[in-house]
Amino acid sequence: MTRRVAVTGIGVVAPGGTGATAFWDLLSAGRTATRGITLFDPSGLRSRIAAECDFDPFDHGLDPDLCQHADRYIQFAAVAADEAVRDSGLDPGSDDGWRTAVSLGSAVGGTTRLEHDYVRVSEHGSRWDVDHRAADPKLHLAFQPSTLAAVVAERFGARGPVQTVSTGCTSGLDAVGYGFHTIAEGRADVCIAGASDSPISPITMACFDAIKATSPNNDDPQHASRPFDARRDGFVMGEGAAVLVLEEYEHARARGAQIHCEIGGYATFGNAYHMTGLTTEGLEMARAIDSTLDQARLDPTRIDYVNAHGSGTRQNDRHETAAVKRSLGAHAYDTPMSSIKSMVGHSLGAIGAIEVVACVLALKHQTVPPTANYETPDPECDLDYVPRTARSRKLRNVLSVGSGFGGFQSAVLLTGPGGRTP
Amino acid sequence: MSTQRLRRAAITGIGVIAPNGQRTDAYWKSVSEGIGVLDRITREGCGHLPLRVAGEVRSFDAAALIEDRFLVQTDRFSHFAMAAAALALDDAGLGSGEPVDPFSIGVVTAAGSGGGEFGQRELQKLWGQGPRFVGPYQSIAWFYAASTGQISIRSGFKGPCGVVASDEAGGLDSLAHAAGAVRRGTDTMIVGAAEAPLAPYSMVCQLGYPEISTVEDPDLAYRPFTSKACGFVPAEGGALLVVEDEDRARERGVPVRATLAGHAATFTGASRWEESREGLARAIRGALDEAGAAPEDIDVVFADAMGVPEADRAEALAIADALGSHGRRVPVTAPKTGFGRAHCAAPVLDTVAAVLAMEHGQVPPTPNVFDICHDLDLVMSRARPVELRTALVLSRGLMGSNAALVVRRGGESAR
Repeated sequence: MTRRVAVTGIGVVAPGGTGATAFWDLLSAGRTATRGITLFDPSGLRSRIAAECDFDPFDHGLDPDLCQHADRYIQFAAVAADEAVRDSGLDPGSDDGWRTAVSLGSAVGGTTRLEHDYVRVSEHGSRWDVDHRAADPKLHLAFQPSTLAAVVAERFGARGPVQTVSTGCTSGLDAVGYGFHTIAEGRADVCIAGASDSPISPITMACFDAIKATSPNNDDPQHASRPFDARRDGFVMGEGAAVLVLEEYEHARARGAQIHCEIGGYATFGNAYHMTGLTTEGLEMARAIDSTLDQARLDPTRIDYVNAHGSGTRQNDRHETAAVKRSLGAHAYDTPMSSIKSMVGHSLGAIGAIEVVACVLALKHQTVPPTANYETPDPECDLDYVPRTARSRKLRNVLSVGSGFGGFQSAVLLTGPGGRTP
Repeated sequence: MSTQRLRRAAITGIGVIAPNGQRTDAYWKSVSEGIGVLDRITREGCGHLPLRVAGEVRSFDAAALIEDRFLVQTDRFSHFAMAAAALALDDAGLGSGEPVDPFSIGVVTAAGSGGGEFGQRELQKLWGQGPRFVGPYQSIAWFYAASTGQISIRSGFKGPCGVVASDEAGGLDSLAHAAGAVRRGTDTMIVGAAEAPLAPYSMVCQLGYPEISTVEDPDLAYRPFTSKACGFVPAEGGALLVVEDEDRARERGVPVRATLAGHAATFTGASRWEESREGLARAIRGALDEAGAAPEDIDVVFADAMGVPEADRAEALAIADALGSHGRRVPVTAPKTGFGRAHCAAPVLDTVAAVLAMEHGQVPPTPNVFDICHDLDLVMSRARPVELRTALVLSRGLMGSNAALVVRRGGESAR
């Protein structure tokens, strides 16, 4: 059984503003939300910049327990899910919830809280036999990655399959993809799908420092995230969440819901090459793209926009350019491809879902968001990266691709009105 | 892309690294004989914690099973997973040589605790010495996706890769993911879970679970379905399976050990055990439905066996609700009382036990449990010989997931 899957709601918490409106304002203006880290004292680190969310949980109607005790990434997800469900017009209390699923991704989960408490129980890293008496009694909620999906499921009374997905930096795309499968194959009619991460913490910044994956451009944080530019020098850490309400197409139609677009296909493959390294060929990402096109029975020339992973590392942007050329052929040169990480940074597991929401908004506004900070072409990256300024364009079918540690390569295809049939 | 014939997911390989046995034969010997291995925790830095008993994988020689270059990059949980994957691949006759089509083999694991020991070591370097002392592998060893990525790289598998970071029931969900990938066209999936939650800081994190047992006598610490139930005992280790398209397995000429016939999952909230009754019953009905099986077809139930009185009651009632009068007659077992609950790996180890039980025609016993207070035919003391065609594996998670899996013996088909 394969059923059509509609997107009927979106919500987002991103650097530069909470909510889909603020998010789209930032993207369409080509503004960047990257800055010096304020969430902790980053001195001693190589990369001391990030795209942070100005986020106060008390501003968003979360109950006091969530505001005071939940991890930041959980708060992000709750706020993004609230917006998505509101946007969908679903009344979560109106049915028994057994046909409602949750599929949420996170790369690093509760590690920011785990690190915070670790410092106390280890007396600043001075003992291996940590002192449990100093630990927060609710620390298991940070240790347990499925707290994320459980909190969101509770919020909306979802009682169908509830899953947390953690495939590193493709978690967001994969969580949307698992949600797509869940509905397409009939295991639920509605799925709250997305991802959240709040990785701006000493340990996460330090571990990317150690492999020089992040940008050391501390003197000019606003222009530090430069995907596809010849002078790119690594990604800028981000944080945030995005959630989509996915719904079986007829279910959405029957209740007269607005249908933003449909999920046309999803695929993921491993490169079986290196945990952090990428080939120059992009074979596996191309395979993921090809598979989504097959699922939608779409010719590559029908792709109107590619939302790139575009992290701004030397190897990623080259790899990805090769992959898109391999899949779209000559059409790749006529297809705008941009990276919103230039503006909102790279929020690890969350970014895939944030990028899918960016694609939903691009379809809605018929506008391609730009790649901010792009100035100097790189001969190895020779596609149309939509430099600095958003562009109006007829958009029907858009692709969002992602690449992550572990070698994972994922792609999600969104089809807007008129997308599937010429 | 669409295939008209229904592709069925067959188990053709099993690899186990468990507290009660490394390798499948050793595991089955312990399980079928009801040998309990719960004991005092001996991992370094854990002795002072108020959680004394667990199922440890002792004498695990990672260096003998995993190449140095992978060893240094990975935590113990990935060591278990890589070792178990290699055993499963050998068992399935896929252990040597490059895959013919690397895209035809994928990997999906469930992980609920990540690389805790590795992570603690790097946290100690960061906070004890400074950021420059954090090593290059922290970014790929601590996160939940480490095992899937490393198994894919080590064997050259480029098929669909996935990671379910759910609570315990996620172990069964990972098997459903594999079955789904096979149905959608991937030939073979390496699937399962392995966990290593017995590092000091990881253990501190688990102390907050109201369901965890802190009883110090290993024989008394984990006794589900009894009036003395006092929580569950954690464990480390796990199992990986090779799951492939049944027709493909026959073409290769390898035995189909079992098929993944049906799965369903629900959510009823963390620690709300009474509500898990309906959630679990619905999961069972969903799994039976997908398998095309009637309640009477179930020959044995591998219980979740949380060991918390309300949870045990909810499970006993859920079995009765879903299986009707057959629920009181069907043999039920929980071999994990002998070696603990290895988080997401627990239901995968149960699935392995179910396959082996069907192969051997024996329902293994529930160690340390002698006198139950629920209306179940729980197999205790010694294994019960009985022909088994279809098994039901149940799992619930500490965050509120409920899952059920129907497994059929190789060669059996739906009625």
